[in-house]
Amino acid sequence: MPGFLTTLIGPRVPEHELRAHRARYLAPTFIFMLARVLLLVSIFLPYWHMELVAPQYPNGLFLTAHVNHLSGDVREIDGLNHYIGMRPLGEAATFERAASVWLIIAMFLLVEGAAFVHSKWALLLAVPVITFPGGFLLDLYVWMRHFGLNLNPEAPLSSSVKPFVPTVVGEGGIGQFKTYADLGTGYWLAVGCAALTVIGFYFHRRAYRPLFLEMQRSAAGGAS
Amino acid sequence: MTVSINAIRSGHMFALAIVAGSVLTCITPDALAQEGRRRRGGDEAAKPVQLSPEQTDQLTKIANDRKLNVDDLLAAAKTYMPSGRHDDYVLFSSGGQSGQVFAIGVPSMRLLRSISVFTPESWQGYGFAGEADHVIDSLKINGKLVAWGDTHHPALSETKGDYDGQFLFIGDKANARVGVIDLRDWETKQVVKNPLTVSDHGGSFVTPNTEYVIEGGQYATILGYGYAPIEEYKKSYRGMVTLWKFDRAKGRIDVANSFALELPPYWQDLADAGKNASDGFFFINSFNAEMAVGGIEKGNPPFEAGASKRDMDYLHIVDWRKAEAAFKAGKAKMINGFAVLSMETTAAEGILHLAPEPKSPHGVDVTPNGQYMVVAGKLDPHVTVYSIERIKSAIASKKYSGTDEYGLPILDFDAVKEAQVELGLGPLHTQFDDKGYAYTSLFLDSAVARWTLGGEYDSLNPEPAWKLVHKTPVQYNIGHLCTAEGDSASPDGKYLISMSKWSVDRFLTTGPLLPQNFQLLDIGTSGTTMPVIYDLPIGVGEPHYCQMIKADKLQSWKVYPEVGWNPHTQSLDPNAPKKGQEGVVRDGSNVIVNMSAVRSHFSPEHVEVNEGDHVTWRIVAAETAQDATHGFCIGGYNINLSLEPGEYTEFTFTADKPGTYPFYCTEFCSALHLEMAGYLHIKPKGAK
Repeated sequence: MPGFLTTLIGPRVPEHELRAHRARYLAPTFIFMLARVLLLVSIFLPYWHMELVAPQYPNGLFLTAHVNHLSGDVREIDGLNHYIGMRPLGEAATFERAASVWLIIAMFLLVEGAAFVHSKWALLLAVPVITFPGGFLLDLYVWMRHFGLNLNPEAPLSSSVKPFVPTVVGEGGIGQFKTYADLGTGYWLAVGCAALTVIGFYFHRRAYRPLFLEMQRSAAGGAS
Repeated sequence: MTVSINAIRSGHMFALAIVAGSVLTCITPDALAQEGRRRRGGDEAAKPVQLSPEQTDQLTKIANDRKLNVDDLLAAAKTYMPSGRHDDYVLFSSGGQSGQVFAIGVPSMRLLRSISVFTPESWQGYGFAGEADHVIDSLKINGKLVAWGDTHHPALSETKGDYDGQFLFIGDKANARVGVIDLRDWETKQVVKNPLTVSDHGGSFVTPNTEYVIEGGQYATILGYGYAPIEEYKKSYRGMVTLWKFDRAKGRIDVANSFALELPPYWQDLADAGKNASDGFFFINSFNAEMAVGGIEKGNPPFEAGASKRDMDYLHIVDWRKAEAAFKAGKAKMINGFAVLSMETTAAEGILHLAPEPKSPHGVDVTPNGQYMVVAGKLDPHVTVYSIERIKSAIASKKYSGTDEYGLPILDFDAVKEAQVELGLGPLHTQFDDKGYAYTSLFLDSAVARWTLGGEYDSLNPEPAWKLVHKTPVQYNIGHLCTAEGDSASPDGKYLISMSKWSVDRFLTTGPLLPQNFQLLDIGTSGTTMPVIYDLPIGVGEPHYCQMIKADKLQSWKVYPEVGWNPHTQSLDPNAPKKGQEGVVRDGSNVIVNMSAVRSHFSPEHVEVNEGDHVTWRIVAAETAQDATHGFCIGGYNINLSLEPGEYTEFTFTADKPGTYPFYCTEFCSALHLEMAGYLHIKPKGAK
């Protein structure tokens, strides 16, 4: 009867089996590794941009969101936003920005762990990384909606600009500004990480499920 | 088992490094900077012009309706700048009696802006910052505010004889001052007053690495603001030339390390520094070697006759490195607190030599290679060309034709003269191009003369050396002229500006006071083609001289580097109020107002002080967007500031007139610009 821990982390690969089918067992490990690298690199790259274009800004205004900070023409955009009563961008998602790097490191370690768990529970360790891109977008949307709908009614242009939901991805507009929002390289690396993790699980299942079933069978046989 | 996990792990780390490396190398900083940015119009290349028959008809009709000939159409095509297209050159022109400098784009000839130097100017907030205004302080002479200048010669800072685009100096003839403009923010940083003389003329010219800014004098006086009757002219009156030491790192003239040379009262005129072959020298001419003293009312010949009597005046040849050494060796005496090398010293040290020059000349201009000095005798139809080799050898072999009555050696004219070229009447100033041509303004002929240089320049054009090639009439009475980087070590040719003093019939009549006429000539073609292609009326002051610099040499700031920047110190000001620090602080009757200005409000908007309070008002433009400039004025208190993005200014005033004063933003900054206002309440004494 395999112990609780063995059921949880699955069987180890016997040495002769590993030597015989090296590629089969290394495949998930390497795919997970690749996924983790993408995630780590994404910390340094923009996840989201917005370009604001208006006649008096021929070079446009630009806003870039990394997982942990906002950059670009934040000051100017905040200055313009005060006219419609939008809170300064720095007040949005403060927790998320502070926690994101730790969260990514945690997800990195969880996926690393998944490579060494040879049961279906490995999938549980990868759930955060797989849902991360969706979570990021959802969070962005929630904040933008919250900011757009909660304009200070005492602002200079309150009577002419009503609360609105800014466009998270694609073309939008406010006043004389056209906005173009895009997902950045960092975001696509996170998506790539999620996709690779899913693919990794195909190979993970292919490698370890027979061993797991074998283990269960031999346990059942031993008991009977 | 353990072995295999370790094996996997080490392969793992290795592959991890490779993958991370390859992902990162795919992402260049350039690609990152451009990521997500849309391509914009504006940089698309212009399509080659191919006129259809209809378009040709259209163009022909417009030309005929407007009475334009083909040359006019070509001139328009050479100068027209489509909206948003930038000029190739910037012309920095003296603004004459306006006390300003003008910046003009070439070839479009559009006025870009003015820069105030010697005259308070309200748009730039120059001289309207209350009681302790450093501009007003710097314009005081012997305690008296002299709030105008007769700006004459702009001089761009140079490195190895070429414009470097960092600083611009400008002389004030009326008051013998030199202004220093920092071309990062196009603002005057310093005005120095010459303590020796009342007025000058030969300011400003720089040595090839801007070691010194040369300011030559003009009307002889008693050095150091002394008094002597005209009868003592020869004995007591003196000319001078000052070498202002420039401290490039500080962006300021270093007065303590500056010095002057005492000169005979010959009414020195323009100067030019040697370069390359003549590096280490500078040259000044003079036009009253007669030492005429005027006195028309006493039956004497007036200056205009007395100073024009002789055929020769004196070119002054100064070895400034020797002069610097003598100054550093402590051989100068102090006059009115300023170091001066006496004529005895300059003669003894071999610093100053004279050479005869015909005849009441106005300009002395050094060729780009430094080989030749061109002197235009305004009452002589020739330009006279001196060669530095001849000068150096004449000095070495002491080939003198005598000494003047102050003991200064006079070099033999024939020994130093290289050539004379007959050009026409009233030659004044000469500049150069890249094809071996020189260009001289002819005041009386109202023309620009193109002529050939000799020596190494001879091979650059088809014509023989030292010959007049062509004259283009200009309208009218040309003074200075300027070619693209034409007084530097590497002129560009291409364009020439004729600073025509009279415009007479060129423009609509603007009352009896007419604008000057800046005329653009296309000098891009060799030989006899040199048409006028644009007339620009200058309706502010009478500009004197200008310099044309390649626009891409100017590294101007778009906004100040940081919010809270003090342009006077060119650094972040510790007193600049930061966000959240706005408010009014009172200490007895001293009140400090900490204010921010950002579209579209001041903070605070209510400022309450008591009658008699001494108010220090600190205001910061908390803006970073290009062109988001604010103004700030308090009516009745003579206060108006230009608050450019990031700029910090402090001004002080005494609240001596109680009342309720609106203050507002004077620069149309935003849609709610009119709302950018507030109230200053000055509570009367005894009021509750």
